[in-house]
Parts: sequence; C-alpha cells; structure tokens
Amino acid sequence: MTALIEADELVRIYEVRRGLFGRSSPVRAVDGISLAVMPGETLGIVGESGSGKSTLGRMLLGLDPAQSGEVRFEGSPMPKYGTSGWRALRAKMQLVYQDPLAALDRRLTIAAQISEPLDIHRLVPKEHQAARIAELMAAVGLRSDQAGRFPHELSGGQRQRAVIARALASRPKLLVCDEPVSALDVSIQAQVVNMLRDLQEKNGIAMVFISHDLKVVRNIADRVAVMYLGRVVEEASSDVIFRLPQHPYTKALVSSVPIPGKPLEGRVILQGEPPNPANRPSGCAFHPRCPVARDICRTSVPALRRTGNGRTAACHAVAGETASVETLRRRA
Amino acid sequence: MIRFVFVRLMRAVITILAVVTFAFVVLRMSGDPAQVMLGPDVPQDAVDAFRKTWGLDQPIWIQYLAYIKSIFTGDFGVSMRDKASALRLVLERVPATLQLTLPALILKLMIGIPAGVYAALHRQSFADRGVITLAIIGFTVPSFVMGLVLVLIFSVLLGVLPSGGQDTWMHGILPTITMSIGGIGILARFSRSAMIEVLGQPYIRTASAKGLKWRDVIWSHALPNAAVPIVTIVGFMVGSLIAGAVVVESIFSWPGIGRLLIVSVSNRDLAVVQCILLIIAAAMVMSNLVVDLLYGWLDPRLRSHAGH
Repeated sequence: MTALIEADELVRIYEVRRGLFGRSSPVRAVDGISLAVMPGETLGIVGESGSGKSTLGRMLLGLDPAQSGEVRFEGSPMPKYGTSGWRALRAKMQLVYQDPLAALDRRLTIAAQISEPLDIHRLVPKEHQAARIAELMAAVGLRSDQAGRFPHELSGGQRQRAVIARALASRPKLLVCDEPVSALDVSIQAQVVNMLRDLQEKNGIAMVFISHDLKVVRNIADRVAVMYLGRVVEEASSDVIFRLPQHPYTKALVSSVPIPGKPLEGRVILQGEPPNPANRPSGCAFHPRCPVARDICRTSVPALRRTGNGRTAACHAVAGETASVETLRRRA
Repeated sequence: MIRFVFVRLMRAVITILAVVTFAFVVLRMSGDPAQVMLGPDVPQDAVDAFRKTWGLDQPIWIQYLAYIKSIFTGDFGVSMRDKASALRLVLERVPATLQLTLPALILKLMIGIPAGVYAALHRQSFADRGVITLAIIGFTVPSFVMGLVLVLIFSVLLGVLPSGGQDTWMHGILPTITMSIGGIGILARFSRSAMIEVLGQPYIRTASAKGLKWRDVIWSHALPNAAVPIVTIVGFMVGSLIAGAVVVESIFSWPGIGRLLIVSVSNRDLAVVQCILLIIAAAMVMSNLVVDLLYGWLDPRLRSHAGH
C-alpha cells in the first residue's frame, strides 16, 4: 500500500532576531524529518513545546513551505503554497487547532462556518447543503438547533466539535490535529478523542495527531513519532513504544504517564534545562539531559536507524556497537 | 433591543446635560458678559441695566433652572450681540463647517483605512515602513502647524491655492487637507494594527487551509473582524464633524461653527456658546450611540450582551 502522505527530509529554519540590533540566530524548528502516513492510519507526534511538532504539522499540510525536503500527497509533490492546485488539494487535507474559539470566525454562525468548505470547493449543490450540514453536525454530536448559534454561545467541547465538523465537511483523507483537546476539560477530552476515533474509522481518514499529552496519544495513535528539538528520535507502533521505549527521552516521557490503579514506578526524572531550539547542543541534542550519555553523544549526531520490528530510534546507546564502531573508525 | 436603545438614549441625555451644566457654570465664573459687551468705561447703572435685561442679576441656580427649562421647550436663548436666535445663528454656520469636515472625513476613510490595511498585508516591507512613518508625522504634527506649513508652500511659495476665505471651492482645499492629515494617520495606524492582530488569528489560517483564496480570506474574514476597532475611531471622527474644525477654521478664516465659537467665547455671548456646545455634545453622543449599535452588528458576542 502506498502512503497517503510522505515527508522526505523536511527542514524548516526560522531566523530569530533578538533586540533591535541583535544578530539573527537560526532556529531549526524542523530539522530533517522523514515520515509517512498510510490511508486510514493515525500517526501520533509527541514532544515538548518547542520541539517543532506544530511546524511539522503545518508543513505536512503545505501551509508552511519546506526549505529543503519534500512533502508528497498521494504520490505527487505538494503544489506551491497559494496556487490553484494547492487550494484544490485543501479539500483532501484539513486542520484542527488547539483553541476552537480562535479557530472559528466569531461573526459567523456554526452552520455558516461548516458550510464554507462546501462553498469553496463546490462540493454539494445548494439545495442539499442544509442536509449535509445537519448530517455533519449530527456526526460530531451537535444538536440541530445549534446551527444558528454563534461560537461564543457554545461550550469549549461543542466548539471543538464544530471545528471538527467543519474539517470533515470536504470529506478529507487527512486530518492534522494540532493539540485538538489540550484546551478542553479532561472529561470532555475523552469524549472528543473517542468521537475523532469513531469518525476516523467510519470515514477511513488518516490522521496526524500532535500532542504533548501521552495519555491521549496512546488512546488514539496507531504509530507514534517522538520529537526532540526538531528531529524524530524514536518511532514505533503505539503498543510497542509505550511498553518498550528504546530512546532514553522516550523512556523518560513514558515513565511519567500514570497508569490507573498502579503506583508510578521507575520514573525517570530528566535533569538539566528544557531544550532551547535556538541553542542546540552539539552531537545528540538530548545529551545534556540524558542519563546514559557517553562521550560520543557530545560530538556525533546519532542517525535515526531501524532497530527491528519496524521500529526506529536515534540513539548511540540503542543503535548498539555497530554505530559507535563505525563512528570511531571514521574518526581514527 | 428597544430597551438597549432606550437606556443608551437616557444616558445620552444625561451626558449632554452634564456638558451643558459645566459650560453654564464655567462661562459665568470666568468673566462678566456685561463688562466684555459694554466695555470697561461704562457707568455702573448701564452695567446694572444690562444685567437685569439678561437676568444676570439673579442667583446662578435660578438662572440655571430657567435655562434648563427653556432648553426643554426648544428655546436656546438669544445672542447678546445681535439679539438674534442663538440656534439660528449656529445652524446658519453648520453648512460651512460641513463643507470642510465632510470631504475631510471622506479623505480620512478613503486614504487612512486602505493605507493601514495595505501596510498590514505587506508587513515589514518598504511600503509598510513608509505608511507608519507618514502616519506618525500625520498625527503628531498639530493642525495649526500643518496648516501654516501648507499655506507657506501652496499659497506663499507656489501661489496656487488661496490661504483663506470661502469664495470658491479652491479655498476649501487647504483647510480640508489640513484637517484630514491627522485623521488619515490615526486611521492608518489603527487599521494596520487591527488587521495585523486579526491576521494572526487561527481562523484566518484555517480559512486559507480550507482552500479559500487569500483575497476572499481578507474580504470575508479578516476585514469584518478588524472593523470593530476601526469603527470606534470612525465614530469619534463622525461625532466631531461639527466641532472638529475650530482651529482650522480660524487659520483659514472659514466662517463655520468653529470660528463662531471662538468669537462668541471671547465676547462672552453666553447663549451662542452654550448652544454650540450643546450641539457638539449631542453630535458626539449620537455618533457614539450609532457606533454601539454597529458593534452589535459587527460582533455577535456584543449583540447578545445588549439583548439581555
């Protein structure tokens, strides 16, 4: 089966200028990321804030241009931003943001917001539009009498349902959800996540689910990619990565997730400062906080390599002796 | 809705009443009309007779009550100078003032808002910086300086435009431009910052992620949402259509309300001054009321608050 969307060595660097006359320093938000999502699959992307998750999400949708690397959707390269080909492709890929109130135009009713993608891509004849809107609202669990409401008249969960209904209106094949439930109450979070999963299964939508919340990702993702300072440090199926994490960063993340009914055991507490994307450590970016860092980690960037069973990890300790031997030989 | 309008109207009446009261007290405290009108060397009985005629010999609160009573019956008093109805004197001058302020308002809207929006859409570009710089110059240079500079350039040096008077349409050009420059600067700044804020909102990014053309994103999502702060400023400008020309009318000897106000204040022509202030306050308050109603139309959040 061919991938629905593929990313190949994506790079996005922001120039950040400090102060009026400060020199601009590059922030490598996304630093050579490759990944693929199969039709109907959910890829979870986890990482701390500043790890480049959201930038990656926007790049996958073609909202942020790649400085190098390429995004392919259904096998063909992403058209240039703003071109008619790019716009036409919007119907197939949609975005759900963290803050639903900000993602909705406060002047428009819920029905008007949901109908906009239908109008843009002329997907439904005018006379069937009302029925389609009603269908979408029912699908996300909104009552039909809420069609005439304005965003501020709905609760947070209802707003996010409206955003999701709008995203589904054009029957997309890919949904990028950027922290879609982080702004919601925990009880509402579960409802929205379950609803997303149902809708995904029913409609065969592929999903990129970006979150810093591992509990939520564990619930919804088939596969998980862990990001650290603009790079993927580990990728594996959701079951495996939460049961047997390989990368020390992933281990620390997974150990921090409480499991109901059990005391929190074997917790790895990370030392050192949270990462600053503008000041990337040499070698493995994680080495200042890594409990198993060795000399090589300070000088050599570990490549993301296969570690068996369809898993990949970028760590000198995990990759085993072959990596370090190779590097040593090169240095000799 | 009706209740909302009613409450606002009552508040408007109270505001106008406060302005009128303030003007009434201050005018009577700050100088004696009899002295100003009759001159310094008149005999005391002439002064007394003048005071008796105009009721100035009464205690101030009796004068005040009589004044308020006559306002509510539509009588705005009589000019002490030429015994004509104060209201008529003032209304006669309104068209001349509007001849300057209306074209100035149109210039402000047609240049200020597009310039600000353009700057916001081309942020950090040469055009953006140019707009900001000109806008700052526009609203920091006072109109009396701007007016004199324009007179110096176009009347004295180039000799292409008249420097004062109201004889032809050419005479209106310099005062209109002088009056509009500050407003253009303010509107450009406000439109720019309002647009920049709106353009950073997720629903704008979502709109283009939905496949909407950038043009349509601007017209159907960005501009309507940026309109709220812009409408506030425009409301003030509309409210000051009548009052906004005091300085400029004096520079260009334009016979509008502003000139009448200055002349009447220096003559202590109480009824005329009070009448002008009342009209200015009423115009300001009315335009604020219209702005409040517009908010509800522009922003449904405010609409439901107004409804309750």
